[in-house]
Amino acid sequence: MALAKRIIPCLDVDNGRVVKGVQFVDIRDAGDPVEVAKRYDEQGADEITFLDITASSDDRATTIHTVEAIAEQVFIPLTVGGGIRTIEDIRNMLNAGADKTAINSAAITNPEFVREAAEKFGSQCIVIAIDAKKVSKENEPGKWEIFTHGGRKPTGIDVVEWAIKMTHYGAGEVLLTSMDQDGVKSGFDIELTRAVSEAVSVPVIASGGVGNLQHLADGVTLGKADAVLAASIFHFGEHTVQEAKEHMQKEGIEVRL
Amino acid sequence: MSSKICAVIDYGMGNLHSASKALEHVSNNTKVLVTSDPDLILKADHVVLPGVGAMRDCMGEILRLEVDQVVAEVAKTKPLLGICVGMQALMNHSEENNGVNCLGHFDGEVKFFGEPLIGTQGIEADQKLKVPHMGWNQVKQVTHPLWNKIEDDSRFYFVHSFYVDAKNKSQVKGFGHYGKDFAAAISQDNVFAVQFHPEKSHTAGLQLLENFLNWDGQD
Repeated sequence: MALAKRIIPCLDVDNGRVVKGVQFVDIRDAGDPVEVAKRYDEQGADEITFLDITASSDDRATTIHTVEAIAEQVFIPLTVGGGIRTIEDIRNMLNAGADKTAINSAAITNPEFVREAAEKFGSQCIVIAIDAKKVSKENEPGKWEIFTHGGRKPTGIDVVEWAIKMTHYGAGEVLLTSMDQDGVKSGFDIELTRAVSEAVSVPVIASGGVGNLQHLADGVTLGKADAVLAASIFHFGEHTVQEAKEHMQKEGIEVRL
Repeated sequence: MSSKICAVIDYGMGNLHSASKALEHVSNNTKVLVTSDPDLILKADHVVLPGVGAMRDCMGEILRLEVDQVVAEVAKTKPLLGICVGMQALMNHSEENNGVNCLGHFDGEVKFFGEPLIGTQGIEADQKLKVPHMGWNQVKQVTHPLWNKIEDDSRFYFVHSFYVDAKNKSQVKGFGHYGKDFAAAISQDNVFAVQFHPEKSHTAGLQLLENFLNWDGQD
């Protein structure tokens, strides 16, 4: 008996549609989020992550309805992120049927928000989402910095230190996205994933860069990730979640089949 | 045909949406009520005690709303299902938050997984394991009607940093392992409690909830 490594398809949702961009631009339509979520549920996804990438206040009602519709039909854990800024935002998402909420830029503006959220709702539903860019040079030891605003704005915050701090504040899981790799399809930033996963005691989800099934396996075996997240390899029918799990099992990884 | 009622006890701790939605999904003639009203709970045919978050807050709310008395009453007669912290609350005592007295329906202690937690067997041997125990893990079943149509060693979704160390091993109806053995399910007479989240455990979890709604409370 062993805990399975998780595969988490990610739905980036803009205005009620699943989309996928390359390095946060160049958006491509991938369908209705409820239909897409159901398909992944049937394929054996271990969880689903829903990221509201527009997250303007007008779209908030649409997002809540979509989350409700997914939660009524999909009985695996559902994480919702994108524009989570207040305790009220978290409560609304949990009431709509989310099991966890991912906090990103609001934590940078006000780190105490994470502590407050974890105290109120429990660490199990607070995920700290981190968008990381490598700032070290080729022959230097790895160093990554948090960037906001779709990767345009540096914050000066060191990723590994931030991950440790946020888990001490009560975040129960880390969703770690490499902005360098996102949408590029050349694999996770393994060095980054491993650095964060070994630094924190809570589970780490690797994100950004999956282009084939071996990349998913590498995230676990080389990156020491507890879960791997991917979008486009599943959205456009290249692979099913089932195929991904079979591949990981062949690589000696414990999966839920 | 008059429909039955399943009450999900609402004592202000977190997210009851998932549990009630999943119960509704599998119920044929059962109405699912999320309530803290003792009268409604005592009139229900089946009762669910959910729970997320920290034990001190959970027990605080349980006592403040006098849910303890309702649970004690329900536990005498009706099928009762405890989920996650709802299971832990049924034990004697929890180590969480510097020690919290619980409802004492089952003999045993709720203990911290420990940090560091080191794996002891198979693929996890000598590996440092993350806490919380989060994700899909297997449950070794002990024959019980609530496992009906669920394959032994099926995986369920867990999220917890504390685990139940049951005193009376004959009450353990499902064994889990994560660095150490723990009770994934515990039962006596008409009370059944699980550490995992059946409402988030896909087909196996939904089947367990359906089995619960069809259960008359006999072993």
